[in-house]
Amino acid sequence: MTAIYLLFILMLAIFVGFELIRKVPATLHTPLMSGANAISGITVLGAISIAGKGYEEWATWLGAAAVLLATINVVGGYMVTDRMLAMFKKR
Amino acid sequence: MTDYSIIINFVYVLSATLFIFGLKLLSHPSTARKGNLLSALAMFVAVIVTLLDQQIISFELILVCFVIGSILGVIAARKVAMTSMPELVSLFNGIGGLASLAVAYATLVGGENLSVFIILVSFVALLIGAITFSGSIVAWAKLSERMIGRPIAFKGQIFANIALLLGILLSAVLICAQPEIATWHYLAIGLALLMGVMLVLPIGGADMPVVISLLNSYSGLAACAAGFALENNLLIVAGALVGASGIILTNIMCKAMNRSLMNVMTSGFQAVQSSDM
Repeated sequence: MTAIYLLFILMLAIFVGFELIRKVPATLHTPLMSGANAISGITVLGAISIAGKGYEEWATWLGAAAVLLATINVVGGYMVTDRMLAMFKKR
Repeated sequence: MTDYSIIINFVYVLSATLFIFGLKLLSHPSTARKGNLLSALAMFVAVIVTLLDQQIISFELILVCFVIGSILGVIAARKVAMTSMPELVSLFNGIGGLASLAVAYATLVGGENLSVFIILVSFVALLIGAITFSGSIVAWAKLSERMIGRPIAFKGQIFANIALLLGILLSAVLICAQPEIATWHYLAIGLALLMGVMLVLPIGGADMPVVISLLNSYSGLAACAAGFALENNLLIVAGALVGASGIILTNIMCKAMNRSLMNVMTSGFQAVQSSDM
């Protein structure tokens, strides 16, 4: 039954995602892509819960590696997006 | 369930709202920077509150990984030249895909008595994560001219790709049947990595931004699938947001470049249409 609830959430979120990005000016394509990419680093939450749960050694190391990688994606992604957008404002 | 799980889930709802507002603001030039900060705030809050989870017993490893990851991310974001931004986004995207791959793999390896549903969604996360990773690396190599930019196609490519797809399906069946055998995991990861390379190889350098946008959408879907495996609502919502908005953005970019979305997505399965000018 949980799976059904989760599917409901998925469906609604997909519709919101579709509706959000209707009209985007061409100059914002790359920053938007980069910003969305940073959000996809949300995997870090899953990685945290796996790395900290006290699974067997191999799984814990995989989780820790995932935390590291996802953090690079999140931190780097947001900073790069901000750098791009800061350049827009000056023009 | 402890009291904390209520707080965690409440903050997750807040984070999801902030992500949605962030994306909305990000699609208008005047508010874009604010939108980015808002979504960064959402991410920060979500990470902090996840650490409250009482199932988490060791923090040292996580904190060390946070610090190293942040330093690497900051260095990469600061050092890169403005002209090579798309490459960097592609590289970050690949790293995110690899993270999803690791999360899914760890779920398969670490969990006990996994249901078929969990195994299946973990497999999907593994698959999409691996495709995102290897595809993004190829896209990065093409954009940064570490690799030839023109479309690479060979005879029988369609058959090779169909064989690859069948192989991936077979590995899914094998993993569901015998989830504890490591060989099947390696088989699935290997085939999925190959698939990512095969998908991006036949696409030319000029179309790379579209491909990166598409792969970005995939990495959202990978996070979404990982959310199903871990039963984490925010992972599902944020992943689906990125997945859906990524597809729309890819479509818009395709139209701007006079290409069809289907053409880019299935380029490995048809005769290559050259877009040389």
